[in-house]
Amino acid sequence: MDREAVFRARGLTKVYRMGEIEVVALRGVDLDLYAGEFVVLLGPSGSGKSTLLNILGGLDSATSGEVTYAGHDLARATERELTGFRRDHVGFVFQFYNLIPSLTARENVAAVTEIARAPMKPEEALEVVGMGERLDHFPAQLSGGEQQRVAIARAIAKNPAVLLCDEPTGALDSATGIVVLEALESANRRLGTLTVVITHNVVIAEMADRVIRMADGRIAGSEQNPTRRSPRELAW
Amino acid sequence: MRALDRKLWRDLWHLRGMVGAISLVLLGGISTFVMSRVTYESLAATQQRYYADQRFAEVFTGLVRAPGSVAARLADIPGVDHVETRVVAVVNLEVEGYDDPVTGRVVSLPEHGEPLLNVPWLRIGRLPDPHADAEVTISEDFAEAQGLGPGDSLAAIIKGRRKQLTIVGLALSPEYMYAIPPGAIFPDYERYGILWMNRRALATAYDMEGAFNDASFSLQAGARAGDVIDGIDGVLARYGGFGAYAREDQFSHRFITEELRGLRTMATVFPVIFLGVAAFLLNVVITRLISLEREQIGTLKAFGYGTGAITGHYLKLVLAMVSVGLAAGTGLGLWFARGMAGIYQVFYSFPYLHLVLDPAVFVQALAVTLVAALAGTLLAVRHVAALPPAVAMRPEPPPVYRATLLERAGLARRVAEPTRMILRHVARRPARSALTVLGIAAAAGILMITNFQRDAIGWMLNVQYVLSSREDVTVMFTDPTPRRALYSLSALDGVQHAEGFRAVPARLVFGHRSYRTAVEGVEPDAVLQRVLDADLDPVAVPGEGVVLTDYLANEILGIAPGQTLVIEVLEGRRPVLEVPVAGITRQYLGVNAYMNREALNRLMREGPAISGARLSVDKARLVDLYRQLREMPRVAGTVVRENSIRQFNEMMEQTILFFSFITALLGGFIAFGVVYNSARIALSERGRELASLRVLGFTRAEVGYILLGEIGLLTLAAIPLGFAFGIGLSAYLAAAFASDLYRVALVVEPRTYALAAGVVIASFAVSCLFIWRKVSRLDLVEVLKTRE
Repeated sequence: MDREAVFRARGLTKVYRMGEIEVVALRGVDLDLYAGEFVVLLGPSGSGKSTLLNILGGLDSATSGEVTYAGHDLARATERELTGFRRDHVGFVFQFYNLIPSLTARENVAAVTEIARAPMKPEEALEVVGMGERLDHFPAQLSGGEQQRVAIARAIAKNPAVLLCDEPTGALDSATGIVVLEALESANRRLGTLTVVITHNVVIAEMADRVIRMADGRIAGSEQNPTRRSPRELAW
Repeated sequence: MRALDRKLWRDLWHLRGMVGAISLVLLGGISTFVMSRVTYESLAATQQRYYADQRFAEVFTGLVRAPGSVAARLADIPGVDHVETRVVAVVNLEVEGYDDPVTGRVVSLPEHGEPLLNVPWLRIGRLPDPHADAEVTISEDFAEAQGLGPGDSLAAIIKGRRKQLTIVGLALSPEYMYAIPPGAIFPDYERYGILWMNRRALATAYDMEGAFNDASFSLQAGARAGDVIDGIDGVLARYGGFGAYAREDQFSHRFITEELRGLRTMATVFPVIFLGVAAFLLNVVITRLISLEREQIGTLKAFGYGTGAITGHYLKLVLAMVSVGLAAGTGLGLWFARGMAGIYQVFYSFPYLHLVLDPAVFVQALAVTLVAALAGTLLAVRHVAALPPAVAMRPEPPPVYRATLLERAGLARRVAEPTRMILRHVARRPARSALTVLGIAAAAGILMITNFQRDAIGWMLNVQYVLSSREDVTVMFTDPTPRRALYSLSALDGVQHAEGFRAVPARLVFGHRSYRTAVEGVEPDAVLQRVLDADLDPVAVPGEGVVLTDYLANEILGIAPGQTLVIEVLEGRRPVLEVPVAGITRQYLGVNAYMNREALNRLMREGPAISGARLSVDKARLVDLYRQLREMPRVAGTVVRENSIRQFNEMMEQTILFFSFITALLGGFIAFGVVYNSARIALSERGRELASLRVLGFTRAEVGYILLGEIGLLTLAAIPLGFAFGIGLSAYLAAAFASDLYRVALVVEPRTYALAAGVVIASFAVSCLFIWRKVSRLDLVEVLKTRE
């Protein structure tokens, strides 16, 4: 593929201080991600998937190494620039949804669309994930899968160029997980959004264009799937 | 409405318990501040306006007698603007159906027109008719205390002649706002009245025709009172002038001014503490609250909300939280101020109240609150917003706990795990634990100072009336009288013991400092009036030299025993005496100079003369005794000790203690606010931990113990600190209140400690009940499910 990489990372390392101990999360990662791709990042716990995703999304900064987004240097970006980057280009989906508990589904999405450049309507985004009927429910009134679908609606509502999903189905049963994955796939297909999904569930890899395996803070392998399977065909 | 604003309102509703507790604390702080400042400023402004409206004089003097023509010479003294000469007579009064001795001060009104100075404020009826011989207008306080009104009559014994007077009106005067009978220390509205009468009628009855025995002066702009006083004393020396004095030394004015000074001290000290504690608490609560929002802040940042927008959101939240308390506190403060100023207005006999609402008061209250709230918010938000969103959204890394000093020392070997958790949790955040302790201690301190005043007053009364002045009745003579008059007093029915004293009005001078008071000559073997040493043991007044009240010697004159005091006598031939200071006496009410009575007589070059006598009497025969005293023409006034004590208590009850009651109430609010908020936030922070323990099989009681045990431990630690804080504040207040009128002893009774500790512990108990309900409702599964 002779495309311009959306994300380009070289020699990324990340060292955390957790209380009194140091944890090395990334040990020199080189990576290119392209527009419209559906990428699955596979790896066991502690392999550095989330750290990589957070750095790509401007949620965290690398200890050393380079990372650019569409030619813009993220490693040396200021706090203000990172905020703008996230606001305008990135949609996040987290394992534990991270909805604002005091806002309804519609309002949680609106919290993001209000500050975005060319967003969908919150209702529209929720319709995409099949939550059009539960607009005015608070997070506490929704099941885990529903909450995650609201989180996806919130992520796609701004029409982001990039959708970064950290274990989006990790807290869900398989049936619900598939509904959530369908929502992600539909966003990727319909909007052409570069979608990166972290999982330790190998089955999910089958719906990707590309599968990147991580182990011990490094990229252990990357393979192109000959065909993408629809989430509906998956089971675990 | 923007989504974030909705979040704000929902969060507010969700936090309503805490908003309530914060509002309560703010309510206490702001309302005390507004109440005391508005009350003080209104009263001070009312005093100024009242003085100006009634042309209250600036210099006063009494004298034996001067012909009317001398008035022109007084008016010529440089610096004098207006002179008002008057006839003033102190007389015994008879009110029908009232047996206690009643003293009246009859003040003349000019025959034509309004007085130039000291104009009475007519409340009801009218002033005496210029041609009427027996009409009087009387002071309203006295009239109310005695149930008298226009049309009623009373009798005055003027120069031994009984004169029936008709009341035609009731009035007030800035000159007699505090009407203190001769020889007494406190106002007594029931037994002392001011009567305004036609000058001619009074002069005729008092043998003062064509003459005057009292003058008051207003000054030209820029004139110095001291120069004018020297001029007046020069002119009046040969007419028996008692020494002119400036308004600062005028009795009523001095009392009011001291009272207002005391009020100002309270209006400064209390609100500063209250607002300080409220601000501090607000800061702590908000900081902790926002730390709890860590994940939400991380999420908002992840979606592209900038630090500015997030800070703005929390600022709005905090502003909304404090605005409730701010508004309610201002409203309540104004309402209290109206009530309080009204009480003082009646107490001081102001004819009206000039309510001053200085915008600065509100601006200051607003500023203190906002600064505290906003500083807390900014610090907290900045701390959280500085974290990369990825870090903020993760649960905080497990905090670093250590075995506490206690455990390392091996002292906690037998302590159960929950107790260990409490100790470690307290020790992990020493600054936060210390702040919580400080907050609770401040509340306890406030509770102590309010009660301390009650203790101190009780102690003052005990020293004054049990240890020192032990007479039942004090009799004042019109003039110095031979000591043998004691025999006729002793012979009266019901008198058990009589003791004479000589009181000489004088100006005490040491270096450039001076003080007007009376030098009191006491009998060497006196048992009714005792002079006390520093340990409050009675000591005999030495045969030579003068004994001064500690405050007079140390604070006013700066003189020590062995040094020589100059006594400028203000009666008779007005000698200037030099007397060594022989000792210091402890006294809480008033300041005095004491001498041996014989030594004083000797210095005055007079025989054994006395100015009055103290009597111990058979209480059953008081009424009879009063009647007999009234018949004695030389008796100018009678003071009954029990009345003095009651008067003092009433005075305190109406002013300081009412104020104290309100502050105690608000102090309770603060105590509850601090304890409840600490417990509530601890619950939010540790909800997961506690739910986990419940899952592991801990009972509610055990989990409750871990949470509430920590607050309980901090509360217990705060109590002794609160005691220390309370004593420190009390000492400060005692020093701030000290004046020549009274000193506040630093006496704190056990019940004061008990009350402060009790309120704090009760606040803890009530908080426990609230928190307990929340602990019982911890949703175990839900809490554990949502995060790793």
